[in-house]
Amino acid sequence: MSPGVAARAARAGGALVGQVRSSLGGSSSPAGASRPASGWLAVTVLCEPGALDPAALPAPLAELGDRIEVDVRPAPGDKGTELYARLRGRKARGGGSAGSRLTGNDAEAELRSALRRAKQLVEVGEVLAVDPAPHGKRSATPSGAVLESWTKDAPAAGVL
Amino acid sequence: MRAVTWQGVNEIGVEDVPDPAILNGHDIIVEVGLSATCGSDLHLLGGYIPAMRAGDVLGHEFMGTVVETGPAVTKHQMGDRVVVVSFTSCGQCWYCRQGLFSLCDNGNPNPGITEALWGQSIGGCYGYSHAMGGWAGSHAQYIRVPYADQGAFAIPENVSDQRALFASDAAPTGWTGAHQAGVQPGDVVAVWGAGGVGQMAARAAMLMGAERVVVIDRFDNRLEQVRTHIGADTIDYEHSDVPAELREMSGGRGPDVCIEAVGMEAHSPGPQHVYDQVKQQMRLQTDRPTAVREAIYSCRKGGTVFTLGVFGGVVDKFPLGAVMNKALTLRGAQQHGHRYIPEILDHMSRDEVRTEHLATHVMSIEDGAKGYRMFKEKEDGCVRAVFVPGA
Repeated sequence: MSPGVAARAARAGGALVGQVRSSLGGSSSPAGASRPASGWLAVTVLCEPGALDPAALPAPLAELGDRIEVDVRPAPGDKGTELYARLRGRKARGGGSAGSRLTGNDAEAELRSALRRAKQLVEVGEVLAVDPAPHGKRSATPSGAVLESWTKDAPAAGVL
Repeated sequence: MRAVTWQGVNEIGVEDVPDPAILNGHDIIVEVGLSATCGSDLHLLGGYIPAMRAGDVLGHEFMGTVVETGPAVTKHQMGDRVVVVSFTSCGQCWYCRQGLFSLCDNGNPNPGITEALWGQSIGGCYGYSHAMGGWAGSHAQYIRVPYADQGAFAIPENVSDQRALFASDAAPTGWTGAHQAGVQPGDVVAVWGAGGVGQMAARAAMLMGAERVVVIDRFDNRLEQVRTHIGADTIDYEHSDVPAELREMSGGRGPDVCIEAVGMEAHSPGPQHVYDQVKQQMRLQTDRPTAVREAIYSCRKGGTVFTLGVFGGVVDKFPLGAVMNKALTLRGAQQHGHRYIPEILDHMSRDEVRTEHLATHVMSIEDGAKGYRMFKEKEDGCVRAVFVPGA
């Protein structure tokens, strides 16, 4: 699939999800799909706060260097450590449409993926891989193209 | 290797696919001995769970032999006979450490899809769509098992392959329902659905001390299995008023715990079935909640209703008024099998849980399409079609 077709397929998938979630939520924007106003994205990692040093971050976040700022706080109730990160120089509002966030085609997709991978490295010691997974013949269909594109972007997509 | 694949709505094929490989240090490769069809597969087959791609390998309930181990695996070695839980869960995140393994933060490599649909992602499941991780399924000669120290369990010597097979999914799903619903000694428990999961939920409730367990279905052979192999009472809903029968069986109170083990394609003899079918086919609702509604109306005041059958999206005509005014607790979950399988294997080894009767039709993997047809249409009394990849 060409990049242009993939991008169109992703947009189609994003629009579809946005439409479904909007209809369920009864609003013009899917519930929970907007970026927080502060720009912080967060995951809770099951580790002691000292295991997450903003000066020595896990590789996926360290690779983003000065493009991000990071904060670390103890989570209440022995749930571990809250790891926050946001892009420097981001737009004050927006952060991409709900559809683009849900399909991993927004400006924060790379950061979202990095947070998830950092959490796995601390908790499990490795990042889970699924591909190449055995499969049979893939017939070329429009719905298949949408799904393949969405799956490809799914590690960086979502409401995180 | 040969594998049973989803090829489109109501289209199953058997084809050659590449062998799996170790991709992570915690992986093992299992040579599949037995792999069962599951009622939840029918939702994939019917197109009700849309994130399937032509060529995807089906199957999530299986046992077999370890043939390769990753460098970080400590619990298993080549030649071990194992049963594998259908969910992929890391065992290290907060949810796993609480015993809520199907809610694992790390076991689904495609979290964006379920976050978009449900607001948050849960763990992954073998052969259960790209929304649940895109993992290749077990209807194949070999399968890759990630997080193997967490999800694969050695089978006791005195437990047969056919018994251990159902410790992968049906039994731990049943245990999840009964335990998470809080079944207590002395409870009256009603279970909707006499398939493998419903039967195992009933057996779990009995072993947890329930005073009386009643299973509801319409198929004579399944109800007979419940009476013979599980030891529970039965109601045929096509010939009975279920809430009335349950009231009589519980001194007028209604069951303390109601476990729904039917899912999104529920059937009923009344006009509400037509209503739900039309709305589902027009995509105005994704799931048919017939049995859940009946469970809510039947449950005693202050009791618990547990949705154990698989639902994917939204439903209509949900009796929220009954939930609120009767002070019901409504819970649901995919299976947290990692915490229940050791206990289930112990029960199996003591002959307290028997499951061989569920495997009514055992066949070669080359008969994949036939097996799913028989299972879906319940031909010849099929309760579960089980594939033998090595045959």
